[in-house]
Amino acid sequence: MSEPLLHVKNLSQHFKVSRSYTVKAVNGVSFDIYPGETYGLVGESGSGKTTIGRSIIRLYNPTSGNVIFQGKDITGKLDRSVEEMLRRDMQMIFQDPMSSLNPRKKVADIIGEGLDIHKRHASITDRDAAIGEMLEKVGLSKSHAERYPHQFSGGQRQRVGIARALIMNPKLIIADECISALDVSIQAQVVNLMKDIQDETGCAYLFIAHDLSMVKYISDRIGVLHLGYMVETGTADEIFSNPIHPYTKSLLSAVPLPNPEVEKRRHPVAYDRKAEGVDYAKGSEHLIGGTHSVLATDEELARWTA
Amino acid sequence: MEMKNERTILQINDLDISFKTNAGIIHAIRGVNIDLQKGETVAIVGESGSGKSVTMKAAVGLLDANATVNSGQILYRYVDDYGHEQVYDLLQMSKKQLRSTINGSRIAMVFQDPMTSLDPTMTIGKQIMEGILLHKKASKQEAWDRALELLELVGITDAEKRMKNYPHQLSGGMRQRVVIAIALASDPDILICDEPTTALDVTIQARILELIKDVQKRMKLSVIYITHDLGVVAKVADYVNVMYAGKIIEVGNVNEIFYEPKHPYTWGLLAAMPDLETDDDRLVSIPGSPPNLLHEPKGDAFAARNAYALAIDEKADPPLFKVSETHYAATWLLHPDAPKVEMPQELKARIARAQKEAEKNL
Repeated sequence: MSEPLLHVKNLSQHFKVSRSYTVKAVNGVSFDIYPGETYGLVGESGSGKTTIGRSIIRLYNPTSGNVIFQGKDITGKLDRSVEEMLRRDMQMIFQDPMSSLNPRKKVADIIGEGLDIHKRHASITDRDAAIGEMLEKVGLSKSHAERYPHQFSGGQRQRVGIARALIMNPKLIIADECISALDVSIQAQVVNLMKDIQDETGCAYLFIAHDLSMVKYISDRIGVLHLGYMVETGTADEIFSNPIHPYTKSLLSAVPLPNPEVEKRRHPVAYDRKAEGVDYAKGSEHLIGGTHSVLATDEELARWTA
Repeated sequence: MEMKNERTILQINDLDISFKTNAGIIHAIRGVNIDLQKGETVAIVGESGSGKSVTMKAAVGLLDANATVNSGQILYRYVDDYGHEQVYDLLQMSKKQLRSTINGSRIAMVFQDPMTSLDPTMTIGKQIMEGILLHKKASKQEAWDRALELLELVGITDAEKRMKNYPHQLSGGMRQRVVIAIALASDPDILICDEPTTALDVTIQARILELIKDVQKRMKLSVIYITHDLGVVAKVADYVNVMYAGKIIEVGNVNEIFYEPKHPYTWGLLAAMPDLETDDDRLVSIPGSPPNLLHEPKGDAFAARNAYALAIDEKADPPLFKVSETHYAATWLLHPDAPKVEMPQELKARIARAQKEAEKNL
């Protein structure tokens, strides 16, 4: 395989709430994202999936660990050229299209802000042409540029969010629950759009979501998070056809399928970490085969694979 | 007032509701018919703004002040304390009457967000007892015992200790269990669940759905689910109503809707949701977005987004065509003169896969 675009090594993110209490949101998570692929992060709320996305793009300062993006370490203090590279080549699409767009700015200025800051255009006409082109690429029209966010529907606003991320021509886009707030029929439109854009520009996605069937559909590789630990990672097929970790199993059994005859008889598998006596901090990564690995102690692994 | 069927417990006839807003009149519900039989589960599926919540809010008198009911009936049948059968039109009752006789005690509702539907200043024990004390004329001790029983019924461990907890001390799943316990407090006949699991994680969602099913069996409840998640529908429903732009566009039992859908909108909804085996390059999506009911569409409201639209769709709204005794769909494609149209290939393949899977599990 080629060099990874993003290499996350032992990333930890702790938040000090008070002198005696620290929330350990992410604990020693490692994974790689290769150019042009889609990496899916799944887990329940509080598992740290959003925190990982935000630490990578440096909305938080990671507590420890390294994030290497395009060969440069982007943890710790950033020097000017690295920061510029990071802000240009990594972009984010947020969950809620209602609150992530500035209501007092026109769509053209929201999308064009990155261009303005990085002075990427030769003239105003160039800038407006680039914005118009981007609007058409995401399925809106040039005339929408002069409108304000409240004049759009939820699906259209999410398209504006995507256009804002794309205009910098990024190498990596972090999509944080970017379709969760949309209706089913609109979700499919946005997912198709994201796939088209990937085919065209070859960008990579870090796709963060809790909807497993959608993650399976869009991702090449998947990481399953629980309580800030990466409990299982592998290609989408490896995870779904041969889940090892009991948490992954319980997650898979809980996804409701559009198949009434099967669904009526299926019962979710419960997973109780304490009852099973699993301590994530004691586990180490075990390679199952290919890129499929599980966080476990030797004894646990033997029990789960038996 | 007549009911169609002996076992029907709630029957919505030709409901029509509009909202007065600054922008104009929004015709949100345009002739909705729904039947609920005793002991069964009916799901209402649709996108946001399709009117699924408004329909059920009308039944419990929770419509906003700017709403007008233009026509329709919501008939509710129950056996009163003397053993006589009574049929009421809920739309003819005053809010006060509804509050004292129907809401909570006979028809209970579980709302979407367990974070906001509990009172943060009251212990959960008190909140459960409130309904019992109000509707059942029980003593405080009786109410306490009943509340404890309910907490155990909804699977909360350490119920005695939890009675004294405040909502913020519980997790999201726990809170939704408490909300369900409150809804069940005064032995209702009908439970309306408005997106009961949308705010919860999949693992907790699965457990809450199992819980509602279990409680339904034990208490012989009739349940109405309002949801946009077809996976949830497949798990819980006996009958499904698909709603679009204030109308029911397809109704049938759950197997008919999932294995033999007839309406192009239902095709779109099913195809837009990937199952775990989907590996098509693109998802089949419904183009465009739902119509704005401020300007009522002429003809079929779905025509503009429908790849299979016929010329007549622009002119006239299709009636419900009968497919089988229980299955109806409002699309001109079912008219005898219409050209023969098949559902999209991808969906067909997926349904075949699903049926095979179902046979394997028999």
